[in-house]
Amino acid sequence: MENKLPQTIEVIDLCLLAGKIMLQCGAETYRVEDTMTRIAASLGIPSSHSYVTPTGIIFSIDGTEPAKLIRIYDRTTDLYKVTVVNGISRKISSGEISANEAFKKLMDIEKANYTFPLYQQILAAAISSGCFLMMFLGQWKDFIPAIITGGLGFICFVYIHNLVKIKFFSEFMASVVIGLSAYILVSLGIGVQLDKIIIGSVMPLVPGLLITNAVRDLMAGHLVAGLSKGAEAFLTACAIGTGIAIVFAFY
Amino acid sequence: MIVHLITSFVATAAFAILFNAPKKTLFQCGFVGMAGWFVYICLVEYDYDAVLASFIAAFFIAIISQIFAKMYKTPIIIFSISGIIPLVPGGTAYDAMRHFVENDYNMAIQLAAKAFMISGAIAVGLVISEVLNQLILKIKFK
Repeated sequence: MENKLPQTIEVIDLCLLAGKIMLQCGAETYRVEDTMTRIAASLGIPSSHSYVTPTGIIFSIDGTEPAKLIRIYDRTTDLYKVTVVNGISRKISSGEISANEAFKKLMDIEKANYTFPLYQQILAAAISSGCFLMMFLGQWKDFIPAIITGGLGFICFVYIHNLVKIKFFSEFMASVVIGLSAYILVSLGIGVQLDKIIIGSVMPLVPGLLITNAVRDLMAGHLVAGLSKGAEAFLTACAIGTGIAIVFAFY
Repeated sequence: MIVHLITSFVATAAFAILFNAPKKTLFQCGFVGMAGWFVYICLVEYDYDAVLASFIAAFFIAIISQIFAKMYKTPIIIFSISGIIPLVPGGTAYDAMRHFVENDYNMAIQLAAKAFMISGAIAVGLVISEVLNQLILKIKFK
């Protein structure tokens, strides 16, 4: 169907699709804008305007064509897709593939699922919890408890996130589970330092990517995008904090 | 020190898996994280401030990430994001939250401000090295 559309609208769709995938996968705002402008420029539209926020993209090109808007609902971190889209945009710029081919490829990427299998992700979260414990000057005795709590927390996060599509709620529940299981392990005498175990196992949930992206966007002049990402990071941090705090409040 | 190096390597690589970085870059991600954490730990052990240490470590991470990004033709974000994960002030933020819960607001505000300063320092470190990179490129190609 794309072939019947006028050339410029096709370019807008292509740019928006590329931008949408990148934004959903956690690319920085300026990278999304840059990629869209570059694709448009290399397909013969030198002046285009884009307005990117974490929840939507507005893209327009000079001339009679109307501007188009795409709403972004959920955002994850999937650096693989960012890399692939980046590669495609490079190929378009160098003229290796045509707009139609690129559009088809992007459609495939949008549908595809490149994430690591779930058990590997849980394993990674658990192991990184243990490693963080050691980096924050914990003891080897607490290594296994941190792995257990970190793994449990991440499983809880993924499971609840599948049930309820509210990110902050699943983060909150995950940190409650982390706090509880860390407390149980310590009171059973398996773990020693409650604080260190919790810090280690909370790390996979901490919004590190969001915070740095927010400050970078702010400094690059994307004030709206920066502030809204900052708000998201703040909410996440609060959710984790309250989750742990509730456990502390009870004992 | 060896424990720090190994754990930071493993932790960063594990985080790269969580962020779904391409499989062939996992090793490099781990290396970036290890290098950054090494710089940070060295500076902290010589009694530098945590904020300054984070700044320098983030700067260092961004430089390595840029080199890797050129070498492997991938966006720089893959390496820099995984690399800074060890520096993110999760522990300080947690401590702050805990003091808030315990009604010890003085300490809590102090710690929260510190966590904010550290995350600011990380971002500034990343941005400055990016600006430097662009400056160097511009001077080269003129």
